[in-house]
Amino acid sequence: MNNLENLYRQVIIEHYKYPRNKGLKGFSQKRLYNPSCGDDVTMETKVEDGIVKEINFEGNGCSICCSAASIATELLKGKTVREAKSIIEKFYALIKGEEVDGEDELEEAAVYRGVSQFPARVKCAALPWKALEQILDGEENER
Amino acid sequence: MFNVKKIRDMFPLYRLYPNLVYLDNSATSLTPQIVMDKMNEYYSQYGVNIHRGVYSLSHRATEEYDKARKTIAGFINCDPSELVFTKNASNALNMIALMYGDKYINEGDVIVTSELEHHSSFLPWLKLSQRKGAVLRFVPLNRDGRITAENFRKVMDEKVRVVALTYVSNVMGYITPIKEIISLAHRNNAVVIVDAAQAAAHIKIDVNDLDCDFLVFSAHKMLGPTGIGALYGRKRILETLDPLEYGGDMNASVSKDEVTFKDAPFRFETGTPPIAEALGFARAVEYVNSIGLKDIARHGQMLHQYAIDRLAGLPGLKLYNPGAEIPIISFNIEGVHPHDAATVFDENNICLRAGHHCAQLVSKWLECMGTLRASFYIYNDYRDVDKFVETVKEAVNFFRKVSGEHY
Repeated sequence: MNNLENLYRQVIIEHYKYPRNKGLKGFSQKRLYNPSCGDDVTMETKVEDGIVKEINFEGNGCSICCSAASIATELLKGKTVREAKSIIEKFYALIKGEEVDGEDELEEAAVYRGVSQFPARVKCAALPWKALEQILDGEENER
Repeated sequence: MFNVKKIRDMFPLYRLYPNLVYLDNSATSLTPQIVMDKMNEYYSQYGVNIHRGVYSLSHRATEEYDKARKTIAGFINCDPSELVFTKNASNALNMIALMYGDKYINEGDVIVTSELEHHSSFLPWLKLSQRKGAVLRFVPLNRDGRITAENFRKVMDEKVRVVALTYVSNVMGYITPIKEIISLAHRNNAVVIVDAAQAAAHIKIDVNDLDCDFLVFSAHKMLGPTGIGALYGRKRILETLDPLEYGGDMNASVSKDEVTFKDAPFRFETGTPPIAEALGFARAVEYVNSIGLKDIARHGQMLHQYAIDRLAGLPGLKLYNPGAEIPIISFNIEGVHPHDAATVFDENNICLRAGHHCAQLVSKWLECMGTLRASFYIYNDYRDVDKFVETVKEAVNFFRKVSGEHY
């Protein structure tokens, strides 16, 4: 598999074409935008009793960014806030090409390791996860 | 076609990356050795301040700096006193909006601009119009996305005080019929500001012939260094404008409660300027002149036509501006976000731009999420175009393959 094929793995294309949990319902939201490329994503989460009960997203951009949003919504749902934040940290390490302790916790999202070969695209994968991290840190947008 | 091999030898970046296919010239051009040498000459032989020292070295630096201004003024056929050094074209356009706009634009006045503008040609006037209660009016683009004199006439009336238009669109590569537009604008006493950032590297500019009131361009898009640009202003207008910044070198006399300023252009240049950059800018102008803008234009058109002949009709490819006069090709792989496609080019050592190109109004007009943009210059050759075209095909096929037929 060459670098490109490793980047555009089937899972990524699938999530891009058929995004999960797309459409906002009005929970805590954070919108992040990359003006240089046009990636524009809004993430939202419903947290109850320290557990991420629901995650949705809205936005548009490249396939790496949009699929990363979709995958995050599935992966982090049902996790405690602390678990979710730990997984987010692992995801950042993964896309930077670093060794990740407990990589299996990333499940499907582990395919984003291919992004590390493309430094210019790391920010695309990170954008929705950054938005989630900021919501979980309590940095909400005013709605 | 002129000798590309010989030209490439002038650019050290090609020694480091012999297989580089550099097609991002509308963003910035590469830098030839002679420009670096000139900047180095300043630092190593007379690297002291200008306009200040009463000693020979400073005199030498001042002479070189003044000569640089003269060379660059000659490039656009203006008097050196009409040429202000700026940080870049964006800085120059902002200065004009702040110096001219703030002084002369009032509530209800109309500013004419277009959807083809770079953000730097549009945003200073958007913000000014909001501050002043002035009205922004857009020249309707024709079907191809061009500014035409005919459409300009439709928005021109006696309320228009300022016309701020690009000479060449950085996305579409079209040449604006600016001379005709200037003449129409002057009939209603409107002042015309020309953004020549894209034009300067490709077409001979003569501000006297154009009869424009302001014109700006950047060194780094025409083989010069970053960090310096030029603002041309008609003398009798420049003389009425107040400086934006006050400080050293721009004043004539200073007392506790009074200051008088030097004449243009010096009153608009406070502080120690980027001296090496000014010298490098002038050297770039000399180099461009030595190759000749006519030959540069011909070379660009040949590469452009060669590329368009090979791209036209390719399935899965959307070309936005096949009729461009300046060698800029804006396109998309159908159904693929430009940043996804750009990665395929990057894998093949092809540098091109993807996204909005600091011109989001154009993306909106084209109804797309940005475009891919390939732009050619003197060191590009047919082989570059071949690699580019092959990669376009590869990108189309790749995204078809990874996603089934419908990406």
